Amino acid sequence: MAETTADAADAPHDAHDAPSRRDFIYVAAGAVGAVGTIAAIWPLIDQMNPAADTRAMATTEIDLAALQEGQQIVATWQGKPVFVRHRTAAEIAAARRDDYAPLKDPATDASRLVQADGKPGNPAFLVLQASCTHLGCVPTFAAGDYRGWMCPCHGSHYDTSGRIRRGPAPLNLAVAPYVYLTETSIRIG
Amino acid sequence: MSGPSTYQPKNGFTRWLDARLPVMRLVHDSFVAYPTPRNLNYWWTFGAILSFCLAVQIVTGIILAMHYVGHVDLAFASVQRIDRDVPYGWLIQNIHSVGASMFFLAVYIHMFRGLYYGSYKAPREILWILGCIIYLLMVATAFLGYSLPWGQMSFWAATVITNLIGALPVVGESIKNWLMGGFAIDNPTLTRFFSLHYLLPFVIAGVVILHIWALHVSGQNNPAGVDPKDESDTVPFTPHATMKDLFALTVFLILFAIFVFYMPDSLGHPDNYIPANPVVTPPHIVPEWYLLPFYAILRAIDFNVGPIDSKLGGVILMFASIAILFVLPWLDTSKIRSMRYRPVARQFFLIFVAVCIALGWCGQMNPSYSMFTAGEFRAGLHWVEGGQSIQRAVTAESERRAGATFEEAAEAMKAEGAQIVMVDRSSPTDATLTAISGGQLREAELTAHSLDELEAQIAERKAALGAAGVPYVEIERNLPFEFTVTRFAQILTAYYFLFFLVILPLLGLRETPGRVPETIAKSIRGAA
Ligand code: HEM
Ligand code: FES
Repeated sequence: MAETTADAADAPHDAHDAPSRRDFIYVAAGAVGAVGTIAAIWPLIDQMNPAADTRAMATTEIDLAALQEGQQIVATWQGKPVFVRHRTAAEIAAARRDDYAPLKDPATDASRLVQADGKPGNPAFLVLQASCTHLGCVPTFAAGDYRGWMCPCHGSHYDTSGRIRRGPAPLNLAVAPYVYLTETSIRIG
Repeated sequence: MSGPSTYQPKNGFTRWLDARLPVMRLVHDSFVAYPTPRNLNYWWTFGAILSFCLAVQIVTGIILAMHYVGHVDLAFASVQRIDRDVPYGWLIQNIHSVGASMFFLAVYIHMFRGLYYGSYKAPREILWILGCIIYLLMVATAFLGYSLPWGQMSFWAATVITNLIGALPVVGESIKNWLMGGFAIDNPTLTRFFSLHYLLPFVIAGVVILHIWALHVSGQNNPAGVDPKDESDTVPFTPHATMKDLFALTVFLILFAIFVFYMPDSLGHPDNYIPANPVVTPPHIVPEWYLLPFYAILRAIDFNVGPIDSKLGGVILMFASIAILFVLPWLDTSKIRSMRYRPVARQFFLIFVAVCIALGWCGQMNPSYSMFTAGEFRAGLHWVEGGQSIQRAVTAESERRAGATFEEAAEAMKAEGAQIVMVDRSSPTDATLTAISGGQLREAELTAHSLDELEAQIAERKAALGAAGVPYVEIERNLPFEFTVTRFAQILTAYYFLFFLVILPLLGLRETPGRVPETIAKSIRGAA
């Protein structure tokens, strides 16, 4: 770089061939200006990201004691609905039986119970994001071919493990990241 | 086209003003003396109608914003209050919501007009592209506006559309959260949508000015698609175009008023009168009528193409369907503008219009609805009553071989006299096979008119047999060919793209155009 500028200084009239000191200043000033402009624009863009208070609401705690077998509650986590389902023994058995059935999005029931910290979950409680993987409707509880859920919007059928079995949805209902705080309470997020 | 200015300031003040800010001259040259082709028909009045619509939306919108409250807890009630309590609020709110539909009705007529008469061809490419930008901005504005009343459709339309953005690989999720200002559609989303809904119409107004500027540089096209030869082929804008535009606008206003006063809600969805509820989905989410064709294209893709999954594929096609309009001037190879003189292209154009309308129909239907099925839905059920069972554990060498291994083992057991064999997999490579021999092999056939009906029948029968102690039922489904709304939408979508990408490019090179009459090819004065 130093050499280039020295050359340019030696031959000031040869502006077309060798970059002059002035060219260097133009480029340098332009680069600093561009970086400055980007730095100034960034806050204008970043302000639209989730704000601190929104991010602070990012976890939800749920008491499972009141949840009867065969029922589900729809909790909200980060403003999104989450299913917490207390499965019956028959529902658990049905889910396990199909672990190796031909599935669109293969997964075993056990893999869908794993807690966020990697510990295995309790098969009785399934914690899923209540958003159909097709276009995001909230599926209806205990409906459809497999008595898991059925999405009313375009007819996706999910089994009692929340796996997609029939219909347009491409993927299983996503597992919500949760951990057990005590035997009967969980935290989502 | 416009030629040198003919403006003559009439008095001292206008002379003084003209020397300082020639705004009167601009108005005179653009809207009084401006020469318009004398053969323009009523399809050319929609530009003026659109300008009127924009003004109406801006005026009524600014008024609504005085009473509307952009907060999830208050928005729905505030629109109700506008409708019920604010003096003339019902009128202004109806005009704004019906006005959006009228705006789109007019813009679609305006765009089809451009397509039919080749108004996108040289030298009007920029004019056309500016129009496409206005259209995109209108779609964005309407989408943002529709979410403001915060009814069920508002909320779920916003959810579905933002989820589409989440379909983009890698960056989708972050962009989605950035747009929503959170992890779901919520108050931060509503407030920014309101802010942007207020902004965009003014951006549209700016682009409209450029659009009209470009128009006045290249001059108007006309139904013959042949440039006016001299002054005698044109008439001054005022009074000719002014009066014609006013007359057309009056007729348009009658239609507008019928909707505003007699059926203000007929164009909207009743579910939007239910306050937004993030945990309950309306059974059938649809956009406003003017976006239905795009919604149909979006949902037409129900298959994966290589690494592109169906959802992303739909999003790509939906954006492509608008993007393709931007390059249309370079896709159509025909030098002839008006389809009046392109008899073959004209037929394809008419089909194209029908296809767009049919796509709109698909957009509001349930995509899995069968338009017709070739035959019935059948299922054969086999089971064994009585008999004794033997179990055998089978382990496959590898996961890939598992399916075949279990099948072979089952066949072997059948060869040994088993009536029926059930495979119960306990791990990727292990299964327990239960064979039932002896007893009585029973079978039943179920028929239904739809898959849902058939599956319901199967479930019912299985439950009944299970209760009667039958451990296993073999089911063989025999499904007929089904022509669903999705299939129909796929065909229509294919035509939509073929029209632009294949038909117009090839036709321009191959067709024999109709003859342009002498009287049009030459100037009137020349022919006389
Ligand atoms: C291109 C022009 C515009 C279009 C296409 C448009 C479209 C829409 C639509 C479809 C709605 C929902 C109506 C309903 O369901 O009731 C809406 C609502 C609204 N718009 Fe606009 N709008 C436009 C311009 C404006 C402007 C310029 C403003 C304000 C400066 C505005 C302010 C509002 C407000 C406050 C609402 C919510 C109240 C309501 O639902 O009636 N709009 N707009
Ligand atoms: S959103 Fe659930 S099936 Fe379409």
